[in-house]
Amino acid sequence: RSCRPRMMRLLTHNMLTSHVKGVKNGYPLILRVGELVVQEVEFNPDFIVRMLPRLDWPALVQTANSIGRPEIPAIPATVPEQPESNEEFLRAAHTLLLEVHIKEGEMECPESHKVFPIRNGIPNMLLEEEES
Amino acid sequence: AQMSLATPDFSGLDFEHVYEPAEDSFLLLDALEAETASIKELGPKVCVEIGSGSGVVITAAAQLIGPDCTFLATDINPRACQATQHTAQQNGVAVQTFNCDLASGLLASDFCGKVDILLFNPPYVVTPPEEVGVDGIMAAWAGGKDGREVTDRLLPDIPRLLSPRGRAYLLALKENLLPGTAGELASAIPGFRATTIAERRAGAERLSILRFDRIV
Repeated sequence: RSCRPRMMRLLTHNMLTSHVKGVKNGYPLILRVGELVVQEVEFNPDFIVRMLPRLDWPALVQTANSIGRPEIPAIPATVPEQPESNEEFLRAAHTLLLEVHIKEGEMECPESHKVFPIRNGIPNMLLEEEES
Repeated sequence: AQMSLATPDFSGLDFEHVYEPAEDSFLLLDALEAETASIKELGPKVCVEIGSGSGVVITAAAQLIGPDCTFLATDINPRACQATQHTAQQNGVAVQTFNCDLASGLLASDFCGKVDILLFNPPYVVTPPEEVGVDGIMAAWAGGKDGREVTDRLLPDIPRLLSPRGRAYLLALKENLLPGTAGELASAIPGFRATTIAERRAGAERLSILRFDRIV
């Protein structure tokens, strides 16, 4: 049994978007990190390879580069050819997607500038009535 | 019958503010268990529960499917988001929770989305429409007119959320199934068919689990 707190992963950030009424381009959300925690997760290269087609890679790179913390591994601007045989790449992607956790912070809609807070690892994506 | 899915431990939750797992939740768990082989064959990478409440369903799904998949859960009630995290953690699985209305924070595509398995046990109790979407635990059951108001808001988004081979499991009350039953609900989603995969009577309620698949 694990007692580690669950927090927002960058994999999750990659799947979230702003849905403020009228917003055409609410993706990716601008991430501002308050508290960041790295939790070791068992390396599963197959999972990373299979997740790659589901990811918006440029959004992940943009977000990773914007965080500017030493815990963030360097990743290439594009997914390398034959990622399944590139362990260095897979390990970096693994750390970025599954091990970096955001406990406190916020995400901002790039168009409307609506801010979605992250408290105790839970993003609050709720809108006010006039925004939805 | 061979048991592959034990009910997750959901002790320690505050059921004054979060929906306590009941017959509807357990029927959904049983339906997932019955679908084990088919779900394994699908090899899901992204599994999402809308309105996860106590977290018992998404936690059971995570136990069933295993760690080669990412699990996301939404709820409009912040206390339910915390409860879902608590239950997942208590059972040793990773579930990412976020607070939003239905799937509204989730990236969707006009063509097809990223979700392989979508789970939804909607608020289905027939109530006055003004009780729908209010804060707190009432959001867990108030289904408004015909108990369908919340379900009907999610249905149009299903094609944009689901991956090409993705499917949705939805709980419905017999009262929600207007003439045509599963077909009536499915007709709300162009390009999909619905199959009833489990049914159970719970007191006065007749519950069923529908599975929505793309027509290929």
